[in-house]
Amino acid sequence: MIEFKSVSKLYADGTHAVDNFSVVIPSRKTTVFVGSSGCGKTTLLRMINRMVDPTSGAIEIDGENIANTEPVHLRRGIGYVMQNSGLLPHRTVIDNVATVLFLTKVPKVEAYARANELLDTVGLDRSLAKRYPGELSGGQQQRVGVARGLAANPNILLMDEPFGAVDPIVRIDLQAETMRLQRELDKTIVFVTHDIDEAFLLGDQVLILEKGAKIAQRGTPEEILANPASDFVASFIGADRGKRRLTVDSKVKAKGNDVVLIDAGGYAAGVISAPGGKLAVGSASPKSRSVSNKTSQAGDG
Amino acid sequence: MDWVWNNFFTGTDSNVGIWGLTLDHLWLSALPIVLGFVISIPLGYWASHSRVARSILLSVFSILYTLPSIVLLVVVPVTLGLPIISPTNVIVALTIYAIAVMLRSATDAFSSLSQDVVEASRAIGFSPLQRFFRVELPLAGPVLLAGARVVSVSTVSLVTVGSFIGVDSLGNLFREGKSTNFGTEILAGIIAVLIIALVYDSIIVLIGRILLPWNRRASRRSARAAELREVSA
Ligand SMILES: Nc1ncnc2c1ncn2[C@@H]1O[C@H](COP(=O)(O)OP(=O)(O)OP(=O)(O)O)[C@@H](O)[C@H]1O
Ligand SMILES: [Mg+2]
Repeated sequence: MIEFKSVSKLYADGTHAVDNFSVVIPSRKTTVFVGSSGCGKTTLLRMINRMVDPTSGAIEIDGENIANTEPVHLRRGIGYVMQNSGLLPHRTVIDNVATVLFLTKVPKVEAYARANELLDTVGLDRSLAKRYPGELSGGQQQRVGVARGLAANPNILLMDEPFGAVDPIVRIDLQAETMRLQRELDKTIVFVTHDIDEAFLLGDQVLILEKGAKIAQRGTPEEILANPASDFVASFIGADRGKRRLTVDSKVKAKGNDVVLIDAGGYAAGVISAPGGKLAVGSASPKSRSVSNKTSQAGDG
Repeated sequence: MDWVWNNFFTGTDSNVGIWGLTLDHLWLSALPIVLGFVISIPLGYWASHSRVARSILLSVFSILYTLPSIVLLVVVPVTLGLPIISPTNVIVALTIYAIAVMLRSATDAFSSLSQDVVEASRAIGFSPLQRFFRVELPLAGPVLLAGARVVSVSTVSLVTVGSFIGVDSLGNLFREGKSTNFGTEILAGIIAVLIIALVYDSIIVLIGRILLPWNRRASRRSARAAELREVSA
């Protein structure tokens, strides 16, 4: 569990990037910070691994104030994935993945074995291991970035707009991988994005932020969609533009029992099956991103 | 040509022969090149991180660079209290020139590092010292070596000036050849200096290939990309 307690950050130039921010980030779930550019998302994320220290307030991981931990040591225990992958261009793919293990003095053979496994984990062919990052596509680089973030087997994974710079098809792929990894590896993921669809897709808990990291609304995607807390939220999630309000298109006939749904603008948004003229209701099995029922906290195991 | 063979191991005014002068020349130029390189790295790193350091360092060394070498060769011994014909004067003066050129390269090299990469290395747990030696220095390598190649050539040619204050080098051949109006000797000197410059340059390129293998693959790639662009244009 990560807890922000009345955290503020005032940069030297007078920018109030974060203003009195408090929240609990539960373990083994994905929490997404979403908001427009400059609202303080990166600053919040970087305070978790002490890349940035708060001006006031405290951040606790499993009840321990991180101000008392040595930053370099703290960072080695927390995975970090960033937008332009941030891979070391002078190290091969496999060395990039193993970097953190080398830093923590894991024996070479063991480190490489683990790094190779991680390439499998993130769906990269081992034949890419000896390439330099510049010899990979953007999507592949991002996967290497994720593998590197997982190398030290951290409980916490921080992801700062990791898929912001890849094309939409690759992004969908990477998002699916992220959900699979979260399910399989049971990490506490803190994910930053400005894409609300991505936030709703990945987040168990979503925080919609305004300037100064002021929380406009916090909840599950369902809660936020059902009850936008303010006009700002409604506009941010697109509810006001009718993007999320779908109606049946009576003019177009789809195959079988399907009917076409359109948004308020009249654009096709999807199909829904309606056997015998009745709309289908979501299946009874609840959406589950985490199959684990463990209740232990971020710092254990 | 006969003159060269007859004077290869003995002869010329200091009687050490062309080979002896070449050896003098080799170490008189190697030291400033290496010292200039090593000293410029911390200075350049500092200059790339502090505006004040940058403007002070760069202007001090620009001014020193504009001093004619013969003036520097007289000022250095006076300042350090050394006899004027001491080889140390040449080494100190040429190291100052080397720093003046190298400092600019080093400052550029460290200022133009990808901030994403530097921040990422911080985020995944490199300590400041590890970050410098394992990330920033190697990534600055190509620009640093390009600077070192310029410094190497200019230092090898500047060493000859030392001969005019009595510090032996291949410059002796120029001085003697000029005073006796003997063109072969001057030509021999020029060729020997050129050979040293070429050898040093090859050594630096070779060091780059060994220490920065990723850079070669990267530049081959961008060269190929440029070719492709040209073809398609
Ligand atoms: N090192 C810094 N010094 C001064 N101001 C900063 C610094 N880093 C960020 N800021 C400012 O703090 C505010 C929040 O920045 P932050 O990077 O956290 O935003 P963000 O939500 O991540 O934005 P984006 O979506 O564009 O990445 C911005 O106004 C930014 O200009
Ligand atoms: Mg950001």
